[in-house]
Amino acid sequence: MSDTILRMRGITKTFPGVKALQDVNLEVRRGEIHSICGENGAGKSTLMKVLSGVYPHGTYEGDIEYEGDICRFSGIRDSEHRGIVIIHQELALASNLSIAENIFLGNEQAKRGWIDWNKTNAAADALLRRVGLSERSVTPVIELGVGKQQLVEIAKALSKEVKLLILDEPTAALNDEDSAHLLDLLRGLRDEGITCVIISHKLNEVMGISDRVTILRDGKTIWTEETANLTEEKIISGMVGRDMDHRYPEHTPTIGEEALRIEDWTVYSPTQPDRALVRNVNLTLRRGEIVGLAGLMGAGRTELAMSVFGRSYGINISGRLIKDGKEIKARSVREAIDHGIAYATEDRKRYGLNLIEDIKRNVSAAGLSKLASGGWVDGNEERRVADEFRSSMNIKAPSVESVVGKLSGGNQQKVVLSKWIFTDPDVLILDEPTRGIDVGAKYEIYTIINRLADEGKAILVISSELPELLGICDRIYTLSAGRITGEVPRAEATQESLMTLMTKEVQEVAP
Amino acid sequence: MTAAPVQTGKGPAAPPADKAPRKVNFDLKESGIFIAFAITIVVFTILTEGVLLSPQNLSNIIVQQSYILVLAIGMVLIIIAGHIDLSVGSVVAAAGALAAVMMVDMNIPWPLAVLITLVFGAVVGAWQGYWVAYFGIPAFIVTLAGMLLFRAVTYAILGNQGIGPFPEAVRSLANGFLPGFLGNVGLGTLGGADLFSIIAGVVVVVAMAFVQYRTRAGRIRYNQAVDPAWLFLLKVILPAVIVIFLVVQLARFRNLPWVLVLLAVLVVGYTLVTNRAVFGRQIYAVGGNLQAATLSGVKVKSVVFWLFVNMGVLSALAGIIFAGRLNLAGPTAGNSFELDAIAAAFIGGAAVQGGVGRVVGAITGGLIMAVINNGMGLMGATKPQQVMLVKGLVLLAAVAFDVYSKRRAAGAK
Repeated sequence: MSDTILRMRGITKTFPGVKALQDVNLEVRRGEIHSICGENGAGKSTLMKVLSGVYPHGTYEGDIEYEGDICRFSGIRDSEHRGIVIIHQELALASNLSIAENIFLGNEQAKRGWIDWNKTNAAADALLRRVGLSERSVTPVIELGVGKQQLVEIAKALSKEVKLLILDEPTAALNDEDSAHLLDLLRGLRDEGITCVIISHKLNEVMGISDRVTILRDGKTIWTEETANLTEEKIISGMVGRDMDHRYPEHTPTIGEEALRIEDWTVYSPTQPDRALVRNVNLTLRRGEIVGLAGLMGAGRTELAMSVFGRSYGINISGRLIKDGKEIKARSVREAIDHGIAYATEDRKRYGLNLIEDIKRNVSAAGLSKLASGGWVDGNEERRVADEFRSSMNIKAPSVESVVGKLSGGNQQKVVLSKWIFTDPDVLILDEPTRGIDVGAKYEIYTIINRLADEGKAILVISSELPELLGICDRIYTLSAGRITGEVPRAEATQESLMTLMTKEVQEVAP
Repeated sequence: MTAAPVQTGKGPAAPPADKAPRKVNFDLKESGIFIAFAITIVVFTILTEGVLLSPQNLSNIIVQQSYILVLAIGMVLIIIAGHIDLSVGSVVAAAGALAAVMMVDMNIPWPLAVLITLVFGAVVGAWQGYWVAYFGIPAFIVTLAGMLLFRAVTYAILGNQGIGPFPEAVRSLANGFLPGFLGNVGLGTLGGADLFSIIAGVVVVVAMAFVQYRTRAGRIRYNQAVDPAWLFLLKVILPAVIVIFLVVQLARFRNLPWVLVLLAVLVVGYTLVTNRAVFGRQIYAVGGNLQAATLSGVKVKSVVFWLFVNMGVLSALAGIIFAGRLNLAGPTAGNSFELDAIAAAFIGGAAVQGGVGRVVGAITGGLIMAVINNGMGLMGATKPQQVMLVKGLVLLAAVAFDVYSKRRAAGAK
């Protein structure tokens, strides 16, 4: 453990409207396991994408020095050529191909264009033994569990003569046994001289496996420290600590009647029907109150929200919804909207907006029946409504006929909010309402949320940013592995206490 | 609410200077199809030395292409929703066969037979719509199967022979002209023309202008930005000139073709549905972003299902027109009509990914192909491969333009 294999210096990466990375520095020593920790959206994955050439040279500022050379990767092939391999959180395997085919995908063992299957399978078998996977190399990947697929990814990386292996949340989808095996394997690879960079939310694993830890927060490097000198509490405070002055508008809530009660709510995964994503959740929303839902990636926040919103996600959903004291059945999105529930999605571009249409048609999309009589839409009224939202929500666009895809993230979010406010809901579920938008627009969104609460709506805010929840919510639930692990009034909540509750389940089951 | 800048109709017809009202952004993508149509016409008018625009030839173009245009209307809606229908050619044949058996062999009165045929089309559409919307099979597969299935149905109905002739009423829907209700009127050097047709043309022009004026007035009342007066006038006068020219030419030949009247009604009706009806909006929402539409409470499956029902009905209608025009229902009728209808929709600006497209665009796309067909025929290019070559290149160019402009728009972000 002596020389430095990687030095990233002054990395700055900007997306339209957001600075994802700001002057980030990272030093990784040869042969160490280096963990990168940070909240969702802190810039970890972006940094790794810069390193691996997913964001090619020229789209960011700063230098990457790798094995003594300044590298200018123009794509992932360049970086892999130098022995840098990234394994993404969503595994990138072709599920119908065999293990061997996957391992050598894009790197086929061929002679004059014809694949040498004996060589391919034999080489794959050797790699599988190295990662401790006792499957035959001709087995289709689709027959393997997630844990074994992860090992196939690592075997694939080894086939490329990896020197620096990057793993993005490698154990997020694994059970304890598979996680333990994976971590053992990584220790073994370290002993063979392979350097690992791990992005992880599981702090016990970080403490257990890494030699050093780097903290990212809001796109900046906070510190790098030897694990021996660290505690989980210190990592948590590094991840969350930041100034909270004047980032949230003042708000005194007027809390009224209970608007929605979720009782004993359980949801199963549509792809793995035996896996419960949300388990026996009980949750209460009151009029005029802003309630937060905190949880790490994969805790089941979005799954909970979408299943409540007209069962738009999940299967075998059980539990009761009580709206204004009466049990309701919201079996479709339409019914949910008719019952006064609105859900503004997490990924507004994929799920929230029709990007090729203009503002007015997006604003009216969920409440079109309010503008129509006999099936015909009143176009003038639609324009008037959209124009009203444009001024009341301060949507910055030349007209309501501007195409939504060309607006900034903050303005797009305002269009999404307008759409749901127009349906006149009693309960508004806002999933990551400020993700990917700049600080100024965030403040505006918070002001709008406060205004909606003052109008007597019950609001549930799902957010990965704890300061945001602490800044705007009156009460916060924490969710971990599909269960509610805490309910804390704002006055009693701190980032540290929330983070502890959010990681509770994970730490309980740790060995 | 602060008033948006408004240019009232009273102002001078000069282009506005600094108080620019609605930015006159010349949307190439929106207008491109019409410019292409104009160029096609000009080119072929020159190449055919004016024969293209002669009264009889104009009438021919419309009548020859009418059934493709009917199909293109349904097809563009399906494409906007992000699907495709390959079966329409076979459905055209099956519907024609069914209508022929009922009218010719069974002597069922033609109005009833037409009605039953349209219902048959609806059932066919419901069948395919079920598999696409509710069962979740890609439309490409379902309608590819339908293409074979309904061709088989046609053969089952007809055997290996054609059935005809059709009753007079059905023939005249496809081939015939309105009777000259009011006799002829002299147009100086242009000779005689049907007065009723000309009056109908004038009524259409006035109606178009009125609707445009009312839309504008409505926007002004709601404090919305509007086009400057000169552009507004241009948008009123240009189509008016074209319609009057078309009508006068047609009136000089025989009267208005019945299919033109039918097409006009369909175009107006479906344009209204796509622009103003809740259902029309939902088509665009489904095609633009399926997940967003679902999460906005749009009953996505039902929308897709009814689109296929609609396509089935229009295919049956096209089948009746086509059979009536040939005066014969044959087992190979409608071969490759689906490709012409799909090409019309794409040339007319529909996007391959869905979410974009217009009825008027598809009609224009269909007419561009009709003009190419007709014009090349007039020039003596009778070999099918020559026409197909040109049509193929036009289709490729149109979609290439669409992809290119989208890439540019994405790059500009």
